[in-house]
Amino acid sequence: MSDVILELVQIEKSFGDVRVLNGIDLTVRKGEFITLLGPSGCGKTTTLRIIAGLETPDRGRVFLAGKDVTDLEPNKRNVNTVFQNYALFPHMNVEANIAYSLKLKKTDKQTIAKTVKEALELVQLSGYEKRMPDELSGGQKQRVAIARAIVNQPAVLLLDEPLGALDLQLRHQMQIELKRLQKRLGVTFIYITHDQEEALNMSDRIAVMRDGKFEQIGTPAEVYDRPKTSYVARFVGSANLLQGKAYNAGDSIIRLETPYGFGLVSTRGAKIRDGQAITVAVRRESVTLVAGETADGSGLRAIVKEKHYAGGVLQIILSLSDGSEFVSSKQGLDSPLKAGDHVLITWLPEQGVIVDLEEA
Amino acid sequence: MDAEIKASSTAAPDPGEKPQGRKFAFRKLFSAATISVMPIYAFTLLFVVGPLVYMVVLSFLTRAETWGVIKEFTWSNYKKILEPVYLKTFYESLKLALITTFFAALVGYPFGYFMARLSAVWKRRMMLLLMIPFWTSSLIRLYGWIIIFRANGVLDKILMGLGIIASPLKLLYTYSAVVVGMIYALLPFMIFAVYSSAEKLDWQLVEAARDLGATPWQAFITVSFRLTIPGLLSGVVLTFIPSMGLFFIADILGGNKVILVGNLIQEQLMKARNWPFAAALSVVLLILTSLMIALYRKVSGVKDLEGLV
Repeated sequence: MSDVILELVQIEKSFGDVRVLNGIDLTVRKGEFITLLGPSGCGKTTTLRIIAGLETPDRGRVFLAGKDVTDLEPNKRNVNTVFQNYALFPHMNVEANIAYSLKLKKTDKQTIAKTVKEALELVQLSGYEKRMPDELSGGQKQRVAIARAIVNQPAVLLLDEPLGALDLQLRHQMQIELKRLQKRLGVTFIYITHDQEEALNMSDRIAVMRDGKFEQIGTPAEVYDRPKTSYVARFVGSANLLQGKAYNAGDSIIRLETPYGFGLVSTRGAKIRDGQAITVAVRRESVTLVAGETADGSGLRAIVKEKHYAGGVLQIILSLSDGSEFVSSKQGLDSPLKAGDHVLITWLPEQGVIVDLEEA
Repeated sequence: MDAEIKASSTAAPDPGEKPQGRKFAFRKLFSAATISVMPIYAFTLLFVVGPLVYMVVLSFLTRAETWGVIKEFTWSNYKKILEPVYLKTFYESLKLALITTFFAALVGYPFGYFMARLSAVWKRRMMLLLMIPFWTSSLIRLYGWIIIFRANGVLDKILMGLGIIASPLKLLYTYSAVVVGMIYALLPFMIFAVYSSAEKLDWQLVEAARDLGATPWQAFITVSFRLTIPGLLSGVVLTFIPSMGLFFIADILGGNKVILVGNLIQEQLMKARNWPFAAALSVVLLILTSLMIALYRKVSGVKDLEGLV
């Protein structure tokens, strides 16, 4: 593929005895917005630092626009970073911060002035040229950090949890702005976050990381609707996980037998043996609770434990017969169910996803 | 305390009424917190401001024939300083202080800077190594230098053994020996000042500079060095000021050949018993060093010398 801008091949990295990256591969296309999603300590920041050249991998190669840059110093890579805590130079005003990389390249004064002006317009901070970093709010610092990183016209822009320090409302606003900015500039973004909602909102593709490896790389829809592993299902959709045995129940449909009843699950082409132990992920909002009996006898027997309202969403916490929890959520409306009610948990076969299957 | 809270709450709604406001301020002056810090102010006033005033007054009095001073106003002590021999002493002191400070900065800055980048364990070890000499009297440490510097001493033997020099250097009682002694005595202050500044430096800023296209050297100059200048300057102040006044190093390692303002003051006070002249010299020294600090602040544009000045 000619439009590949960045390629990581079998990157490994250890700090002392701790193996942080465990042989990761990643291919990023030009203009793509790709998010590395995972909990803290999963190796996402190290991955970013290796791409930036601030860290050298123990093994593996980094290719930027087809060129091996693994041993290239950070200042020689056409990659810029927006750091987690902004890392604005405290002794320079906004203008000087943004112009820093241009001055190093000995750009002429007029071009610098013009570029800085445009960058500030782009991040909607015109008129802030002479402000010092400590006179800016968190959101403004963030914008300056972005402006500083893009004036160099990097092939890839790396963003390390750039919205992590902002409050919720500003974060939502900045998500939209960042996405818009990325479209407008056409720059490839590699974005780090531990916030699954942020990843789902902004990314073209999401790479879910765990313990120095990618669990799954795919579009938000793929990762959300068809998680490959129970880890992804839990991390990206906080899905319910059910364990049981699979039995053939027709055309690419299996019956998941559990101690609390059975449910139907689409195999999506996977080959499942009769009696095979499987794990099925069912997302909270895919669940339908039935008070009486179902026509086909399917459904898991459960008791309503509690009801919660959270931001226009009603969450019903259910208890299965072995005491394990199962969560159902639905938009807005109240439910006639109350604590102690016996219900059946049901879902459509397509909405159950078999996870943790060994790749053939 | 209760009464005080009441007083403030009644005073607050009606700030326009003057007597009540004054009463309130008066109460505040004698609050528990204020009274508890009073001794500190009293101490400072008594032992810092007091002697200073005493010294300034003394410098305008006349020397008595035998012992002490006569309460007779005169400018003569200051006029005496303008005599070439004393002006030269000031010039020599200034020169030595500048040389000492320059070399202390040259050695101390990289030392302190790299010390701040060590791991926590090594930082503690280095700190200990720097502190250990302070457990011995500085006078005794200076005698150590005599053993090193004297003809056929440790330094001569090593250099001759290595075949670098043919005959002893005879470094003791020279200007160079005084310079080395001064640097040795004052270097730790420079190191600590730079270290404390470099320690606070956010290393991610250096990474950001590198990321934005700076070479390691460019990143150092534009970010690390720029942000540790306050530390360097406080180190400069910490070495420059004492080196103007230190007299015993010049005494011991210079063998009376190098006369500094410090030596002069000590001599006038202890030997010549000319207290007013010693006081006048001290006042001029004080003014000179204050001017230097003001100049540093003006030139560097750094207002905060790491909380020093």
